[in-house]
Amino acid sequence: MSVLVNKNSKIIVQGFTGSEGTFHAGQMIEYGTNVVGGVTPGKGGQTHLDKPVFNTVSEAVEKVGADTTIIFVPPAFAADAIMEAADAGIKVIITITEGIPVADMIKAAAYIKDRDCRLIGPNCPGVITPGEAKVGIMPGFVFKKGKVGIVSKSGTLTYEAADQVVKQGLGITTAIGIGGDPIIGTTTKEAVELLINDPETEAVVMIGEIGGQLEADAANWYKASGSKKPVVGFIAGETAPAGRTMGHAGAIVGGSDDTAQAKKAIMRECGIHVVDSPAEIGKKVAEVLG
Amino acid sequence: MNLHEYQGKELLSSFGVRIQRGIVAQNAQEAVAAAKKLTEETGTGWHVIKAQVHAGGRGKGGGVKLAKNLEQVEEIAGQIIGMDLVTPQTSAEGKRVHQVLVAEDVYYPGDSEPEEYYISVLLNRGTGKNMIMYSTEGGMDIETVAEETPHLIFHEEVDPAIGLIPFQARRIAFNLGLTGLAFKEMTKFVTSLYTAYVESDSSLFEINPVLKTSDSKIMAVDAKVSLDDNALFRHKDLAALRDLREENAIEVEAGEHGLNYVDLDGNVGCMVNGAGLAMATMDLIKQAGGEPANFLDVGGTADAARVEIAFELILRDPAVKAILINIFGGIVRCDRVAQGVIDAYKNMGTINVPIIVRLQGTNADIAKELIDNSGLDVMSATEFQEAADKVQQVLA
Repeated sequence: MSVLVNKNSKIIVQGFTGSEGTFHAGQMIEYGTNVVGGVTPGKGGQTHLDKPVFNTVSEAVEKVGADTTIIFVPPAFAADAIMEAADAGIKVIITITEGIPVADMIKAAAYIKDRDCRLIGPNCPGVITPGEAKVGIMPGFVFKKGKVGIVSKSGTLTYEAADQVVKQGLGITTAIGIGGDPIIGTTTKEAVELLINDPETEAVVMIGEIGGQLEADAANWYKASGSKKPVVGFIAGETAPAGRTMGHAGAIVGGSDDTAQAKKAIMRECGIHVVDSPAEIGKKVAEVLG
Repeated sequence: MNLHEYQGKELLSSFGVRIQRGIVAQNAQEAVAAAKKLTEETGTGWHVIKAQVHAGGRGKGGGVKLAKNLEQVEEIAGQIIGMDLVTPQTSAEGKRVHQVLVAEDVYYPGDSEPEEYYISVLLNRGTGKNMIMYSTEGGMDIETVAEETPHLIFHEEVDPAIGLIPFQARRIAFNLGLTGLAFKEMTKFVTSLYTAYVESDSSLFEINPVLKTSDSKIMAVDAKVSLDDNALFRHKDLAALRDLREENAIEVEAGEHGLNYVDLDGNVGCMVNGAGLAMATMDLIKQAGGEPANFLDVGGTADAARVEIAFELILRDPAVKAILINIFGGIVRCDRVAQGVIDAYKNMGTINVPIIVRLQGTNADIAKELIDNSGLDVMSATEFQEAADKVQQVLA
């Protein structure tokens, strides 16, 4: 088992023929991911990277049975792409695009709320189930198959955590990059819940950062769930000054609740194994798994 | 992107929100002319002179003063323009004031006592919807109100598909205890305010105080407006309002080169790919006994040209005693980054602070070899902890 994506996922790429889409779709295919086609409005009927190009997402669903999409569409049009995917019945919508206007995401989030789909991102590295499907921009070789799930707001910090876990002789079930924007489709809590409920995942690494309440919500859910699966946590941004945005639009300390210290305290209270040093994530995972 | 008070008020006014009227002035003479004009237009006898800087708490630092005649307008404007205004939200050095807003006096006597309220519009990250947050406790620091009298803060969440519904505007006016003309004025005020927020793609409106005048008009006496940077591409007119003098010069320059830089007070500079890893690297620097001098996300490419610019920016800070480069190579190959570091170093001649380069991921081993054999005074590391240990070592 794994979550969200696996070898049977039928994946399309929205923004397929653009430079980002082309490069990363190529990397995904090389990894062995089941990419069944792509969507670029106006280029339907063409072939790109040996895969069919469709004008609309519904056409891709109809003709090749797509159930998962990865979106590389530029920020001004990305919310539209998300809503189109949801309307077409795509189940997992992974949005890599960075810089989508907040007002657009408010609309997209409201639009998909009552539809049967799950949005990951935006502004995220994507999702990888090692050995089965890489639906994102992460370096595939870092992620070896195993029994540790990873949830993270950040790209390179996810790679760092995966690398540390792998160097302990362990591996990854699924790594989920949820994104660093103020509005994201899948929260830390929902991603942690997916992994805790995955029988193959034996431990979860949860990497957060300053700003917002996502980690506290996840920690409270974990405590209430009574799960015995260990969770290792890290929060980046202990040294970030209040009121300044640190790269990710959502990474900003507004009040006393969203500092790294406050989040770590709540996580510890809820039974999460919190490390203060980002260099000790892997070691801590090995320790809790005995 | 933040707007000045006078820019924010102009934006609000263009959507029909009533504002305290004013005219911006760059020097004392302009301030006097502005005051005269304002008296002609509004009949105001007194004037409020307000420093225009991107910081709250301006009154506390002496940046907002009442002038009762034109001599005082000239004198006060002359004092405020050019001063380094220190407020609870600025550094100890303060912020240089380049212009003032000469505003009408709206606290004139009349049928009723003037009352102040607080209204803001912002995103509720928990629900993904915009909300109007408001309070009867205007003119105060809202954090203090939240702490001491949280029951006096109200929220109205807005359905994105429908927008602000009339009953919600009425509820706000009722909760603020208004009746009669002031009630009607308030429903119009919040409705136009919300329209302005949505139409301008703002990420924060904070109107504190909202004033009920003695003749029951509702108006914005101050306006803090932040625009969503991601949406500026569709608001060229608003993007043009950016005042670079209010921003950190190094951060502006970094932005022009596509680097995301935040200036901090520490002694160890850092250069990292990815925002999360950059924050984690700053944390590690602190744990190693240093203090981060900056946040710097170099993004997905780290070639010689980019690395060189990053070096230059970091080294402009004389407090920097060491530089830590932390790159996790994914799609970016570490050997390319290493070559970039070596080339940049050579182009710059001598760099007088120790440099620690930690490259992990794609081709990390080749990269380490390149650095180790370069003959340059650069320490290499592959593990995160190893990099931290080396920072500790050079600071000792």
